[in-house]
Amino acid sequence: MSNHDQEKNHRPVKRNEMSRRQFLSYTLGGATAFMAAGVTLPMIRFAVDPILKKKSESTWVKVVEEAKVTNEPQEFKFNIHQIDGWYVSDPEQTAWITKDEQGNYFALSPVCKHLGCTIGWNTEKNNEYVCPCHGAHYTMDGKNLSVAPKPLDEYDLKVESGWIYLGPIKANTRV
Amino acid sequence: MLKNVYNWIDERLDITPLWRDVADHEVPEHVNPAHHFSAFVYCFGGLTFFITVIQILSGMFLTMYFVPDILNAYKSVDYLQHKVAFGGIVRGMHHWGASLVLVMMFLHTLRVFFTGSYKAPREMNWVVGMLIFFVMLGLGFTGYLLPWDNKAYFATKVGMQIAEAVPIIGPYVKELLQGGDIIGAETLTRFFAIHVFFLPGALLALLGAHFIMIRRQGISGPL
Ligand code: HEM
Ligand code: FES
Repeated sequence: MSNHDQEKNHRPVKRNEMSRRQFLSYTLGGATAFMAAGVTLPMIRFAVDPILKKKSESTWVKVVEEAKVTNEPQEFKFNIHQIDGWYVSDPEQTAWITKDEQGNYFALSPVCKHLGCTIGWNTEKNNEYVCPCHGAHYTMDGKNLSVAPKPLDEYDLKVESGWIYLGPIKANTRV
Repeated sequence: MLKNVYNWIDERLDITPLWRDVADHEVPEHVNPAHHFSAFVYCFGGLTFFITVIQILSGMFLTMYFVPDILNAYKSVDYLQHKVAFGGIVRGMHHWGASLVLVMMFLHTLRVFFTGSYKAPREMNWVVGMLIFFVMLGLGFTGYLLPWDNKAYFATKVGMQIAEAVPIIGPYVKELLQGGDIIGAETLTRFFAIHVFFLPGALLALLGAHFIMIRRQGISGPL
């Protein structure tokens, strides 16, 4: 055999195989991860279910006859169907409904945008919504004049065969 | 008699080194109020722990009567407060302790701050202390909802609005905490679980870390 051949034979073999120890630690690690995930994943999915559950779409509620609504805001009560986990109830809601100069109806939420007290119309005889808690004032359209950082929220509203229907609450669209 | 029982057990299990390691340490002079009265500031950490123990014990006993359900929570608190012997005391311990534990923790933190005890090598214990602080705030926040009266409801409502104000994740955090889109039945059970299981568990783990680190590093030296 030539020198050349010998050199070739003596070149160290580079083996790409995994060592026994490595194989065993990967297997053990994988099995541990699988068991840990098997234990925790169901619980995590269980805990976050409320944010992943499909929202029940809110429906329109018949509130008042069109004819009863005037240019002066009036307070109307209605009940919404509410499903709170295993409690089903029909809590009462309040809306201040007004007809504007163009004859459009709009309904405002009575929840003060300062810290959530209940506002009233014209309680200080100045044609404004007033909050009794820290003195927030709003215009007829719900525009915040003092204290509150945002205008009053508005209900979705539609008129159908002479009746006013209210939907979900949204941010004020009039100011 | 008691001594014999102790010896009998100790012969078999060698328990003396166990409690010696935990309890048998000399208090350095500069933290001993008997030497320098002003050293009472070093008691605030221990007092925080003392009140924490009261919170855990009184809380465990409150759960004997309390029901985390929107129709019955208020009634059960009213009942345990007014109809059960020492109800006012046990609930009072938990009620006032909840504030006192925060006061004590604040004083303890001031002591650590002004003695510079947070400096190397004790930085990690400052961090663990801050985590304990947030867990305590969480216990106060979740516990406050449980009586389900107007104050509880609206305090939680404001807290949820604060959570919601966080950019991007705020609305999700709020919904996750509420367990739905209103503060209702699912919020109360969630807060109850967090209040009596999750946070106390985290608290105990953190306190363990806190104390092990103190044992390892010793109390910081005099000013
Ligand atoms: C450092 C730990 C704790 C703090 C700061 C804390 C705080 C509070 C607060 C502020 C309340 C409202 C009390 C009231 O309105 O009078 C409360 C109620 C409650 N807590 Fe805790 N708590 C702690 C630990 C625990 C533990 C460990 C348990 C149970 C294992 C527990 C069980 C309860 C129960 C059942 C209530 C409702 C009864 C009631 O409102 O009086 N608490 N907690
Ligand atoms: S809550 Fe209405 S003014 Fe503050």
